[in-house]
Amino acid sequence: MFEVFTLFLFNIIVYNIPLLYGTTGEIMIEKSGSLNLGVEGTMAIGAVAGYLAGAKTDSLLVACLVSFIASGLVGLLFSFLTVTLQANQNVTGLTITTFGVAFYYFIGNALSNSSAGWPKLSGTRLDAHSQAIHIPVLSDIPFIGKAVFSHGILVYLGVLIAILMWLYFKKTVPGLKLRAIGENPAAADSLGVNVALYKYTHIIIGSGIMGLGGLYMGLNMGGTFEGSNCWINGYGWISIALVIFANWSPAKALLGTLIFGFFNTLRVQNAALAYTFPDTMGWLTNIPSHFFSALPFIITLIVLITTSMSSKNKSGEPQAIGRNYYREDR
Amino acid sequence: MEYAIELKNISKSFGPVAANKNINLSLAKGEILALLGENGSGKTTLMNMLSGIYMPDSGSIFIDGKRVQINSPEDSGKLGIGMVHQHFKLVERFTALENIRIGMRGEGRFLHGNEVRNKIENTASRFGFEIDLDKKVANMAVSEKQTLEILKVLCYGAKIIILDEPTAVLTVQEIDRLFNVLRRMKNEGHSIIIITHKLNEVMEISDRVTVLRHGDYIGTVNTKETNDKELTELMVGRKITLNIDRPVIEKTHPLLEIRDLTVKNDEGAIAVDHINFYIRGGEILGVAGIAGSGQKELCEAIAGLRKIEEGHMIHEGESIVGMSPKKILEHGISMSFIPEDRLGMGLAPSLSITDNMILKSYNDTKGIFVDRKSAREEAQKVIRKLEINTPSADTPVRRLSGGNVQKVLLGREIKSGPNVLITAYPVRGLDINSSYTIYDILNGEKKKGVGILFVGEDLDVMLSLCDKIMVICHGKLQGVVNSDHTTKEEIGLMMTGTLNIVNKEGKTDGIAKDSAFTDEEVKA
Repeated sequence: MFEVFTLFLFNIIVYNIPLLYGTTGEIMIEKSGSLNLGVEGTMAIGAVAGYLAGAKTDSLLVACLVSFIASGLVGLLFSFLTVTLQANQNVTGLTITTFGVAFYYFIGNALSNSSAGWPKLSGTRLDAHSQAIHIPVLSDIPFIGKAVFSHGILVYLGVLIAILMWLYFKKTVPGLKLRAIGENPAAADSLGVNVALYKYTHIIIGSGIMGLGGLYMGLNMGGTFEGSNCWINGYGWISIALVIFANWSPAKALLGTLIFGFFNTLRVQNAALAYTFPDTMGWLTNIPSHFFSALPFIITLIVLITTSMSSKNKSGEPQAIGRNYYREDR
Repeated sequence: MEYAIELKNISKSFGPVAANKNINLSLAKGEILALLGENGSGKTTLMNMLSGIYMPDSGSIFIDGKRVQINSPEDSGKLGIGMVHQHFKLVERFTALENIRIGMRGEGRFLHGNEVRNKIENTASRFGFEIDLDKKVANMAVSEKQTLEILKVLCYGAKIIILDEPTAVLTVQEIDRLFNVLRRMKNEGHSIIIITHKLNEVMEISDRVTVLRHGDYIGTVNTKETNDKELTELMVGRKITLNIDRPVIEKTHPLLEIRDLTVKNDEGAIAVDHINFYIRGGEILGVAGIAGSGQKELCEAIAGLRKIEEGHMIHEGESIVGMSPKKILEHGISMSFIPEDRLGMGLAPSLSITDNMILKSYNDTKGIFVDRKSAREEAQKVIRKLEINTPSADTPVRRLSGGNVQKVLLGREIKSGPNVLITAYPVRGLDINSSYTIYDILNGEKKKGVGILFVGEDLDVMLSLCDKIMVICHGKLQGVVNSDHTTKEEIGLMMTGTLNIVNKEGKTDGIAKDSAFTDEEVKA
């Protein structure tokens, strides 16, 4: 009986860590005052590039690096268009999503149809390295050990990034300058902060973090390319909503991922719950499975409505978000 | 003499508009220099070239005798220049401490520890500032924000401090306190430039005065050797005779009467301060005042676009206070305001002339569909009548020249047949000929018995065109003068707040003898 709860908690983490990557990456970008709607596409490119490089070299480290760099390049493109050329951020972000997802299908289909075929994951060293690692003592704690401390390295990396980012914003001078740019770029500029440099750097790093989340999804799904369903599967969009839910705080993003993950996990776990507790949870089987598939998006909608109703919930929103900065604007 | 700053032949243009033309300026070490001029005379643009916001098109800048190039605010800070901008450059959500911390150099990468705080507190006490470093800017009063801005540049070690209209938002007591701080800074060896257009402040605080007018350098005088009258003349220039018609029409009863009107600006400061005036049919009442004296807020209050704090507005015997802009328009009051960027208010630049006409009259048509055919005919009528130079009535407004854009705006306002027309800066940026067309249009309306409120910039024009001129200074009425019995100098002195003639010879300006106000209303 306990096992089903353990598994549920375990799954919340396993299935939803990509949201944490997407959300923290987007928070870093939005804190610089830029709104990047290209999360889905950035994650897709990071996923496919990282996976292929990892499969080629059979190394998780290379996979992570390539994924980070590939998505970072997408961030560079976004920065160039919106910071240097002052293009509209929304349109640029949407273009990146369209481009990124199409890139995923293009490469995937081309490789699948080639003679060598799509590289398989199972049995490789890459697969082994992305599996759960056993941490002495911690992993052996009953219940919690299995649910929280029996995960792959990328799960812990995601949590570590969130914590480091939180400290960066809160405790460091560059973090303060970044937040100042997001709030009032003219003020930061007048104090000698290099607005363009800060925007470029943080958009690129934020995009790279998203790429890692994409790679995680690819590895977690067994690395099988599907011609009809992108690995990212809307997680990029949910991440953008989670940024609002988290009130632009990486620490709250961690919490938001878990809460949100609960509903997401119902999708895969509802049958198991109903089977284990026929008396109290049996009704779950009466709900069509499509409802559970739609649940994350319904929750997203509810989250957006409730958080938007009170301005207090948006206290972390950068005041200058979405507007390009041009010094000589009058 | 050693100069902290020398500017030689500085020029700067924005597109075709020359904001600064061959400006020379020098600031001696340890002096307070006042930079005097009307708004739009190029003071802020000039100073922004020192703060690194703009780069000069030509000319050279010397700091401490060395020629320098200022490419960014960072360069400016490194040269020891600190500017307190008129619109504060503060992050509202941050505390005072965080705001100062952003620009601190050489204090490490981490925020912990009290070293920085102690340094700031030392600087604050040295100059006699009282400030709560943990207060968020959003919760600060205007004067606190300004204190923070000044403290900020002092903490960064600036030796040259530029203040852009620092007194505009302050009360009298706060201004006294600010001036004490400035004197203390001067005694500590700082060099200060203060941008202002208030003469009394210039006389009180400065050592020398440099005057700009319409982007031109007019001259520099020692404060001790000059007086209000000379400075006013330098600032507004001598009278030029213009050949503008002023038909004399029989005036009607007061159409629009304003009593004790008080309005706040966007920052929450009082912009219009207990103003009284009235407009009769068949007259043009000019509004003279240095830009930013409450003209915009006054126009918006009458048009119903801005909430009023206090006072009465009566149009044709009925109060228009609290009416929606649409209701006020239907009542016969039409307002056109030409802002500095000329396209910003009233017209949609990408829409055609026809569509812009519809924007104001869509309510007259029945059903949900736009009646474009009759609108186009209307537009063509306006185009013919006002001689608007356009390829067709379907040309987007932004493709027209400035003068034609302004004719479209004015044409739309008079098309609805108002009996009170509020027009602000209708000839802003226009050449002579287009300006005369606009004056003719206004005179045409006047002959029809319309009462016109003309908010203007150029005193010569107003003296020729308007029947009467009301002068305001910082939202306060300084008096109403008859154009035939006044001089440019008198108006200039009133604009700068030196002269107030509201209560002269037993009568009060701005209150009509045949007022529609009853005694009870006035008392209430």
